Amino acid sequence: MDVRMGGRPVVEIRMRVNGVMESLDLEPRVSLLDALREHLGLTGTKKGCDQGACGACTVLVDGERINSCLALAVQYDGRAITTIEGVADGEHTHPLQSAFVRHDGFQCGYCTSGQICSAIGMLAEHGAGAPSAVTEHLSADTIELSDAEIRERMSGNLCRCGAYNGIVGAIREVASGESGRDVMEAAR
Amino acid sequence: MTQAPVHSRPAPATAERSVGKPIDRVDGRVKTTGAARYSAEYPYPDIAHAALVHATVSRGRIAGIDAAAASAVPGVLAVITHLNAPAMKPPPPVSMMNLSTLASGTTVNYLNTDEVHWDGQPVAVVVAETLEAARQGASLVRVTYETLPATFDFAAEEKNAKPQKSDLVQSGGATKGDAEAALAAAPVAVDLRFTTPPHNHNAIEPHATTAAWDGDRVTVHDGAQNMYWVRDNLAMKFGIPAANVRVISPYVGGAFGGKTMVWAGTILTVLAARVTGRPVRLMLTREGVYRTVGGRTPSTQRVALGAEADGRLTALVHTSVTRLGRVGGGPEQVTSQSRHLYDAENILVQQNLVKLDLLPNTVMRAPGESIGTFALESAIDELASELGMDPIALRMRNEPERNPIDGKRFAHRMLREAYARGAERFGWSERTPEPRSMRDGRWLVGMGVASAYHPSWQFAANVTVRLSPDGTVVVRCGFHEMGMGGATAQAQIAADALGVPFEAVRMEYGDTALPTGPGAGGSGQTASIAASLLSACEKLKRSVLALARRSGDSPLRGQRMTGVEARDGGLYRTGGAGLGESYAKILTRAGRDSMEARVGSDTRVGAIAGQVRFMSKLMLDRRRWVKAASGAQFCEVRVDPDTGEVRVSRWVGVFDVGTVINAKTTASQLRGGIVMGIGMALSEETLVDPRNGRIMNPSLAEYHVPVHADIPAIDVSWLDEPDPTMPLGLIGVGEVSITGAAAAIANAVHHATGRRVRDLPITLDRLL
Amino acid sequence: MKAFSYVSAADVPAALRAISTEPNAKFIGGGTNLVDLMREEIERPDTIIDITRLPLSGVEELPGGGVRIGAMVRNSHLAAHRLIRTRYPMLSQAVLTGASAQLRNMATVGGNLLQRTRCLYFYDGAAACSKREPGRGCDAIGGFTRGHAILGASEACVATHPSDMCVALAALDATVVAESVRGVRRIPMTEFHVLPGDTPDVETTLAADELVTAVELPEIPVAATSAYRKVRDRASYAFALVSVAAALETTDGAISAVRLALGGVAAKPWRAHQAERVLLGAPATDETFERAADAELAPAVAQSQNAFKIELARRVIVATLRRLHTEGSAA
Ligand SMILES: Cc1cc2nc3c(=O)[nH]c(=O)nc-3n(C[C@H](O)[C@H](O)[C@H](O)COP(=O)(O)OP(=O)(O)OC[C@H]3O[C@@H](n4cnc5c(N)ncnc54)[C@H](O)[C@@H]3O)c2cc1C
Ligand code: SF4
Ligand code: FES
Ligand code: FES
Repeated sequence: MDVRMGGRPVVEIRMRVNGVMESLDLEPRVSLLDALREHLGLTGTKKGCDQGACGACTVLVDGERINSCLALAVQYDGRAITTIEGVADGEHTHPLQSAFVRHDGFQCGYCTSGQICSAIGMLAEHGAGAPSAVTEHLSADTIELSDAEIRERMSGNLCRCGAYNGIVGAIREVASGESGRDVMEAAR
Repeated sequence: MTQAPVHSRPAPATAERSVGKPIDRVDGRVKTTGAARYSAEYPYPDIAHAALVHATVSRGRIAGIDAAAASAVPGVLAVITHLNAPAMKPPPPVSMMNLSTLASGTTVNYLNTDEVHWDGQPVAVVVAETLEAARQGASLVRVTYETLPATFDFAAEEKNAKPQKSDLVQSGGATKGDAEAALAAAPVAVDLRFTTPPHNHNAIEPHATTAAWDGDRVTVHDGAQNMYWVRDNLAMKFGIPAANVRVISPYVGGAFGGKTMVWAGTILTVLAARVTGRPVRLMLTREGVYRTVGGRTPSTQRVALGAEADGRLTALVHTSVTRLGRVGGGPEQVTSQSRHLYDAENILVQQNLVKLDLLPNTVMRAPGESIGTFALESAIDELASELGMDPIALRMRNEPERNPIDGKRFAHRMLREAYARGAERFGWSERTPEPRSMRDGRWLVGMGVASAYHPSWQFAANVTVRLSPDGTVVVRCGFHEMGMGGATAQAQIAADALGVPFEAVRMEYGDTALPTGPGAGGSGQTASIAASLLSACEKLKRSVLALARRSGDSPLRGQRMTGVEARDGGLYRTGGAGLGESYAKILTRAGRDSMEARVGSDTRVGAIAGQVRFMSKLMLDRRRWVKAASGAQFCEVRVDPDTGEVRVSRWVGVFDVGTVINAKTTASQLRGGIVMGIGMALSEETLVDPRNGRIMNPSLAEYHVPVHADIPAIDVSWLDEPDPTMPLGLIGVGEVSITGAAAAIANAVHHATGRRVRDLPITLDRLL
Repeated sequence: MKAFSYVSAADVPAALRAISTEPNAKFIGGGTNLVDLMREEIERPDTIIDITRLPLSGVEELPGGGVRIGAMVRNSHLAAHRLIRTRYPMLSQAVLTGASAQLRNMATVGGNLLQRTRCLYFYDGAAACSKREPGRGCDAIGGFTRGHAILGASEACVATHPSDMCVALAALDATVVAESVRGVRRIPMTEFHVLPGDTPDVETTLAADELVTAVELPEIPVAATSAYRKVRDRASYAFALVSVAAALETTDGAISAVRLALGGVAAKPWRAHQAERVLLGAPATDETFERAADAELAPAVAQSQNAFKIELARRVIVATLRRLHTEGSAA
């Protein structure tokens, strides 16, 4: 805490971002979102509201989806962050990425990074048996991932272009297909 | 040559025609991998960050600004206010011969005046090394005001509205016969008042600008629906030639009209960059978007309908009041659809305006018709109830042969077909007409229907098309991609016109260094570019043929264009043995490394000629016929009988949008409009405090746009009949599907509950 | 947001020491409320004490049959926990209807308890608000009050507490466990939040240097037949206009056990004692449910725009009890 930048105390933060260990000197007030966009140049993660109200900034922390705009980067010291730039497996895009293209699950593309990261986290949550607000029987061991379940679970990601049908279609396809199982395996 | 409409589709040139196919977007990969850069995402070393300070009074003068605390924040580079900002030119007067004069969102010369015209007007910009320091600085600027009397309460001021005057482009009112007398005499009549609240676009990308000066030239990354307006406006404001401003805008994170005009953030970023000598970035906060970018005007509307007992309309009255800012804004064509939809004997439409001390309104998806169809199509439904008629039957009884208000011809009209198809797909015949007669478990079920209507527009577009010996094609045109799929659609069109595979076409767009493209507005971009692109492709083929004809070896020797078709990556004689040769062969033999054709000119004279051509074509078109996209919207809602919560459970929309270029992106566009229509119907409202004119819910948490859980599967389809007056027969699809949507829902809610809600949004308290 | 210094506490004593020595310090959990309010310049701490690394993230059974929930348990983990889903389904449901999945993955139980109102005027630095600046007045009164209180409001403040989780906790007789350098305190949930009175800036009975370490739920058999019903302006991702947490058990047609609390109606999660009194022992009929709702809502007072909430609350109470009675609970 002895480094100063612009007269402000900064802290050293080390995070594994998309598999790469990154070290940053940041003021504690820098959000994880701004750390990614402004300090690491990872602009795939979007800022839509900076208020936790749109989901455009969704990233995965140790496999769990969060809104990076309300996260102080310093709180995520030592954690593993995955952004849209890191969901592909090398040259092979993630099955959700290609499904989004096939299903036209976007228009302007600005909510898309968040939708895809959120969907990856969502499938993992569902795979782990987590219920949602529309789950009929909370005590059930397995919950069928109906369209209503997908919609409720994805409701933290706004799409003003209204690409919701395409997004749900893409997720449904990946969740029900072979690729779906891979995603859930990988996310676990 | 040539903005003349091309009336026919190009012959299916290759076996694999692209037009009409559901081809994946060309920008799909970059948008799903995070690689697409939006305007806040261009890296500049040494970038500084800006933040705005907003006025907190509706009208007044700045009495004092204390910037000391802000300036003292470590990292703050400048606090720019009207006391120290360099002079900028005020916005120019509007001229129809230079449409970029329409570009100013407001007439305020920001930071060049001590006057405040609305609550939220930017009064200072803080520039700092970091985003955090800029925002902190902005929060510390203390501004005091001498307040002046102001009016901002739309509901209270509505009575002071004045009739809108007609101009070249917009008509404020029209009459046919004596509608009030006919209304009074009608055996069956409804006379209703509707209100709609202000709305905000809420594109998920907040307005963002990155600006970098180099001497007296400036590069501006700005999410824009009309980069050329941004360019011309900035050039004018900063007193430099337009050629010195380059606006780059390949990806725009949603716009819906909100990025059509030039708003404060764009101008002040460029100003901040000039003052600090640094590249500067400003992404408006979400609140900043609400405070500095206009939204949709609220409205009050009267719709009165008189009919014979058989449903024949004898009187149609539609009047509206909307608001403008005292420093800008424009009238909305709220009564537009009421001039075209029903064959009433007597019609009176009139739009009225009131000016308030508020942030000026601006265009938002289907300005006018989105809210106008809510009133008209709800009223038709009420009349159908009065008459005891099926609402579709009532509409069909009054379906006109010619444009009702003035008897002009329709370029194209297929509303009957849209209703027939929609009723079938939706299962309208299952509906029992009595309100509250349908249930699913404890839910009340309602089905509603309404017409969609949106006029079609076409603007000037300059295009170049370049062909390389390897058979690849580059199309260059400075158009805008906010998610409509323009690049994909135009590549499809070029591929068919030149007979090359879709993959061989590369589009260059989103940069003012390119030939001047049309603005993205009025659902007109696709048709506008298509017209020029088709002409350019024709020109190119002619030049290639001329080149081939010059060679003694070519099988095309002596051929004319009429006997030749473009296919399989070359030109081939029609009929017979199909002799011909590939572009590659023709170009290589002639030793050419490319061939190019151009439509339109970007010289000063060329630009003026283009504007004149556009205006005269518009006028000519207007005299000849009425052009529009239309459709039939069907929806089913479920209403919780205990709480009044409304959920849309089913949707069918059938649209007449002429030729569909890309089935996939068209479906998405149409669905997107319906989604926004659902929001408009059920939850969206910008809350302007009537006590002080301040927007109180400038937040995505408190302004409720629809979320995933609000949206059912939406079945959209189209009739796919070309409009003979439009290039390739296509009509724009960007706006039509929001029209009629709110009325379909209101009508379904009535069917479910027996309640008529004439005030949007239909929140549950209105149903308790 | 002003600059601040950051301390990460490794254990509870370290956190308590830090809060009692650092001036103008605040704990931070998931940050989903605090960071937002700091960005709005409503909260302006000089020091932030990160408590997310404290070993308080367990959900465990108590010897007496209840359940202890660590203050650092994420909202999503709480909702998904087997014990909660089966024994206290209303709590799972309440948490799941709050915010979004991403936010629930961040938000902690402690932070959820202490989240502040969403009153539009509280959020707007240009408006007068006595919760932000004591004594300045209240611009909400006479303004946009759809989201505001119908019960327990005062002339100084008419805001509501926005939490869904807390409504279920109030119904479930939960106890908040708080710790400071002075020792451990146990605060009944119904006494944790306070009504505004003349001091709307005081929102809870927690002292500024106290750390919430856990929430304890007693064993309540009736809670297994419980539900949370939230009514709002869109289908998801919106705060409650009115919500109801209810548990109901009948024996031979008479109500033998009941718990009822309301959300979205007051500055605290509203335990409906009046209604419970009417319900207990009475026949499980619509008539009883209506009488109970009326009893609870008799003192309700509407603001300019929220009179509908009184009727809405009444209907949601009746509908939720009726459904519990006829269909059983979500577990
Ligand atoms: C867009 C949006 C929508 C939302 N919708 C809902 C909704 O529908 N329903 C709902 O219930 N909530 C909703 N929320 C609120 C959300 O539930 C809260 O923000 C969250 O629960 C707070 O938890 P946190 O851990 O992030 O708290 P923080 O933000 O970290 O802290 C909040 C406050 O609690 C204090 N604090 C935290 N932990 C402790 C502790 N252990 N001891 C003492 N003090 C502590 C902090 O000092 C701070 O003052 C929404 C939030 C957002 C942004
Ligand atoms: S209701 Fe309470 S929180 Fe809202 S403005 Fe009034 S005092 Fe502030
Ligand atoms: S930017 Fe984080 S939720 Fe909107
Ligand atoms: S694609 Fe534009 S907001 Fe979702």
